[in-house]
Amino acid sequence: MSRREKIWWVVGGVVIVVYALFPIAWIVSLSLKAPADLNNGQFLPTGLSWENYSLILTGGASDLFLPALRNSFGICLIATAISCLLAMFAAYAIARLDFPGKKLILSTALAVAIFPVISIVTPLFNLWRQIGLYDTWPGLIIPYLSLTLPISIWTMSAFFREIPWEMEQAAQVDGATTWQAFRKVIVPLAAPGVFTTAIIAFFIAWNDFLYGISLTSTSAARPVPAALGLFSGASQFVEPTGAIAAAAVIVTIPVVVLVLIFQRRIVAGLTNGAVKG
Amino acid sequence: MASIEMNQIVKKYGDGFPAVNDVSLDIADGEFMILVGPSGCGKSTLLRMIVGLEDITSGDMVIGGTRVNDKAPRDRNLSMVFQNYALYPHLSVYENIAFPLRLAKTSEDEVRRRVNEAADVLELHEHLERKPANLSGGQRQRVAMGRAIVRQAEAFLFDEPLSNLDAKLRGQMRTEIARLQRRLGITTVYVTHDQTEAMTLGDRVCVLRKGKIQQVASPRELYEQPVNLFVAGFIGSPPMNFLPAEVNGDTLTTPFGAIELDERRAAAVAGKELLLVGIRPEYFEDASLVDEAKRPLGSVFTARVDVTEWLGDSQFAYIPYEAPEAIQQKLADLSRELDSEALRTQAIVSIDSTSRIREGRDAEFWLDSRKVHVFDPETGDNLTRDAEAGAELTRLASEDRIEQVQEARSESQSISGDDRAGAA
Repeated sequence: MSRREKIWWVVGGVVIVVYALFPIAWIVSLSLKAPADLNNGQFLPTGLSWENYSLILTGGASDLFLPALRNSFGICLIATAISCLLAMFAAYAIARLDFPGKKLILSTALAVAIFPVISIVTPLFNLWRQIGLYDTWPGLIIPYLSLTLPISIWTMSAFFREIPWEMEQAAQVDGATTWQAFRKVIVPLAAPGVFTTAIIAFFIAWNDFLYGISLTSTSAARPVPAALGLFSGASQFVEPTGAIAAAAVIVTIPVVVLVLIFQRRIVAGLTNGAVKG
Repeated sequence: MASIEMNQIVKKYGDGFPAVNDVSLDIADGEFMILVGPSGCGKSTLLRMIVGLEDITSGDMVIGGTRVNDKAPRDRNLSMVFQNYALYPHLSVYENIAFPLRLAKTSEDEVRRRVNEAADVLELHEHLERKPANLSGGQRQRVAMGRAIVRQAEAFLFDEPLSNLDAKLRGQMRTEIARLQRRLGITTVYVTHDQTEAMTLGDRVCVLRKGKIQQVASPRELYEQPVNLFVAGFIGSPPMNFLPAEVNGDTLTTPFGAIELDERRAAAVAGKELLLVGIRPEYFEDASLVDEAKRPLGSVFTARVDVTEWLGDSQFAYIPYEAPEAIQQKLADLSRELDSEALRTQAIVSIDSTSRIREGRDAEFWLDSRKVHVFDPETGDNLTRDAEAGAELTRLASEDRIEQVQEARSESQSISGDDRAGAA
């Protein structure tokens, strides 16, 4: 690469990073502004103020925010775990076995994934109210599974397909049952795939707004994105912008932490050395 | 350790194509059997049926006296080395080798002892803590073998284990496998498409073509008494030359002059018209370098040399010849089936490396007619095969093998006896 090319790459990279991070910087800056400072027309706050954070964590909005945070964590983690476990078995079967209806399952999964959520939320609302799932954790976990499962099955079956068949056959010849071969050879090899899928699934559930706002009514199950929409200012003349920005920063943190923790596990090429080459 | 008997084994895939067709083969206890053939001949499928990774459509697979058709791979107690090694990348070399033992719930002490033993045999000690990704091709291959020998399996199965190594390493590992098998005396089935491996490793070689057994015999018998055109063309490198020939009493008229046949062979070819003579490259010689005493045993002819290849210890000359259309077609079909491409009808002739025969000139060659074979171009059958002489070659080879196996076993017994004495 010539010097000139290098410079272009660097410039291009900086432009993209700035473009992508600008909204985040803006939210951080907003969250640090005092209420009177919000509309000052400047990008940076005139003075650092933690008022917004104290408002949502300990102040008036904490009744709304803290239970929502707890709900979000609980619901998303459970939905992710169930979806990963189910997707692991489904993807393994899809990648390894030849059974009638395989194509059907995959295309149905895809169809579910692209089905507009808004069109099923109303019937779901009625159904949930009648069977008592409205405003409960399972009432959100189940629809979240419908969001996360298709994508989990697709990504994981791609990962499983990359594991050489011989690994498993070798294990069977070595004396393993099908289950042992799956558990001791396939699962460890698929771990990067499982983690990647888990992160994607968690994000999808974490970011959901529509189900969250429609299928909950109290802090019993309301997740953070829905709670953010319900923030109100100190009076009806004050916009809750600062509080929302602070909450947005706080809910971004777990996502960043999650990626940092797992990025080491998402190492491509773990199967290196399994086969020739 | 056990014998493996296959009884009319058939493997049909979903579309009804028989990948393995009516194969019956007995592999004796401690024998080294090679399955060889061009790609797509069903050799790997047969091996995978032995180990249980492939279902058997019909026929009986008997290992150590029990029918195993319906047994899962783990219940057959066989160990296998895969073409691409199939090591477990998330486990260290030690754990890779220990894997079968761990599955069998062997005690920790026993695992350590056995893995160390295997590492001794394969010289893997300094690599035990490394991961397969950090090993070279040859080391990975040894780890795969370690995993195979670490438990007392009934038989070893190798699926082209050396095909991913470079030529030099392949030669070393080949002798290593031969030594290991002789030492352990365990029944071994080895799939390869490589000539050299087939000829050097096996006690007996089974040549397959389109899912059918062509001939099962010692390498020597295959080479000297092939049963048909296919085996004759497949075994030997450079391959056997096939020349068109017409029968005139007890002489054959070929593009390279007349070849006299002895009584037995003359009788075998009587009544035929157009035939194929199979002559191995080394049956030829530069006529000027042949002993006077040997000269009358063959015939001398003159031909134009196209190309010569001097290899130091030997020399090959290529002599083009004309063949009738029908024969050309046959030879082209045959070479395609043998995974090679015959662009022109030419004979490859091995001559002494000191020969001064030059390219593009006419030269005089001597042809040893004692060992030529005559094939029927229609059926491909070898008309002049001496079954008795062939059987004798295989019998000698199997005697050698039995002796070796017994030696290996008595040796290993005496070693373990020493161990016990030492422990006492």
